[in-house]
Amino acid sequence: MQIYLPIAEVSVNVFLLLGLGGIIGFLSGVFGVGGGFLMTPLLIFIGIPPPVAVATQANNVIASSVSGCFSQWSRGNVDFKMGLILLVGGFAGSTIGVALFSLLQSLGQIDLVINLSYVVLLGTVGTLMLIEGARALVMRRRKVTAGKLHTHNWLHGLPLKTRFRQSRLYISALLPFTIGFGVGVLSAIMGVGGAFVLVPLMIYLLGMPTAIVVGTSLFQIIFVSINVTFLHAIQNQTVDVVLALLLTVGGVIGAQYGSRAGAKLPGEALRLLLGILILAVAVRLSLELIVPPEDIYSLGTPS
Amino acid sequence: MKALRSLLLCGLIAAGLVFPARSASLVADLSNHLVAITSGFVGVDVLLFGTVDEPGDIVVVVRGPERAQPVLRKSNVAGLWINTARMTFESAPAFYFIASNRPLEEIAEPSVLSANQFGVAHLQLGLPPGRAGGRAAQEWREALIRNKQRQGLYVREPAGISILGQRLFRTSVHLPSNVPPGLYRAETYVLQDGQVVAAQTTPLSISKLGMEADLFSFAHEQPAAYGAIAVLAALMAGWLAHLLFRRN
Repeated sequence: MQIYLPIAEVSVNVFLLLGLGGIIGFLSGVFGVGGGFLMTPLLIFIGIPPPVAVATQANNVIASSVSGCFSQWSRGNVDFKMGLILLVGGFAGSTIGVALFSLLQSLGQIDLVINLSYVVLLGTVGTLMLIEGARALVMRRRKVTAGKLHTHNWLHGLPLKTRFRQSRLYISALLPFTIGFGVGVLSAIMGVGGAFVLVPLMIYLLGMPTAIVVGTSLFQIIFVSINVTFLHAIQNQTVDVVLALLLTVGGVIGAQYGSRAGAKLPGEALRLLLGILILAVAVRLSLELIVPPEDIYSLGTPS
Repeated sequence: MKALRSLLLCGLIAAGLVFPARSASLVADLSNHLVAITSGFVGVDVLLFGTVDEPGDIVVVVRGPERAQPVLRKSNVAGLWINTARMTFESAPAFYFIASNRPLEEIAEPSVLSANQFGVAHLQLGLPPGRAGGRAAQEWREALIRNKQRQGLYVREPAGISILGQRLFRTSVHLPSNVPPGLYRAETYVLQDGQVVAAQTTPLSISKLGMEADLFSFAHEQPAAYGAIAVLAALMAGWLAHLLFRRN
């Protein structure tokens, strides 16, 4: 059954979209990530124009983060003070990101920048996760003694030091602001929540307790995605609500089965698998940039 | 385009003056004057049919609205394929279809084909003069046509027209699912001895209808309200999902 998407202006099979939402929802349930980094490339791959894919996926991220954040909040795993500072940075970053998106679109370079951002980011994160996952597997066998919990470096010398009670941290407010800003820009350009960047940064750079990281990052992601969706709708008119609805329905159902499956798998193996998956997407996308195109000419958006 | 059309009209009048005896009377119509793009739209075939009172060759052209169409060219920069050049054609039809009862080259001289824009090779696309000349201009032109053909929006080979008893003719125009909305023109020409002796234009409107049209215009006319609703719908969906999860 085909459905005509009003904003994307293409006809797509309804079950393909529901299935795509379901599979990504399942994976996000298994791995505990949003899955936007997989969804946006797949949408582009099935023929959704890249600007519509990015903006619509941002809309989809809202739905998946809200349901996740509610359950984290009910367990008291959200550091609102930290979340708020991340959010201020995120708002600034995503606002600039959407403006940058419009500019790149008018220059005809948006497809390149989306693709390149994915390749660089997924390549880096995927490689790090593989190394980390492999090391964790080895460590479990060797039983290495744990290192120092907390090390001091130049980051602790930054001004505007603030106490974050829930995270048990006393660090500069500039740190979460900058992280929030960077992830906000990514969110606007790539249509991802950015958890796969945000979570490692919060754990390794800020030194937040892992239990609080997920809820706090979801809190930030909800509001940044709202900002991204709203600004894309206003400036680029690229949010397709019909597409978003179909993806969300598939995603909700998929995530339910995914989280059950994820609970049965060991953590290290899971991280290793996710790393491989992320790298595979990065390789697939980089091929598009490296392999000579079938036709070096293409059509821009008519006016 | 207006200038071009009046030029065409002058040509027709001139042809009439030179050959006053030659004027065929032509009646043509479409099976459908309004194509609605609704949620189930997968493309449609529109029938163009008509009658002519004298034997002759029939050519049917269907053109979409003219728009400025940018074409991008990639080149390899440090190992990556990147768009590095851009050319905007000022008035490329969004859609182009042509059908004739026998090959166009047999019907008329290249000069006549060119004057009437019969065939993709003779389309006037409004390439800005001075931006590209000679070989380069030809390459950009071919690139535009090739890409449009790949999208199914420009006809690859002229379609056929069946003629019954030298008077009745019909042809089928395929509009694919990605056909851009707008006001189209279906032009029917009668040619005798390689000259246009009669022509008729029938309008064809292609527009989004129903929920799709409403959503599209809502998104473009009130983007802030549309964005707010999109956000609210997503929040609601997330909340509902949370309730579902908690129950289980």
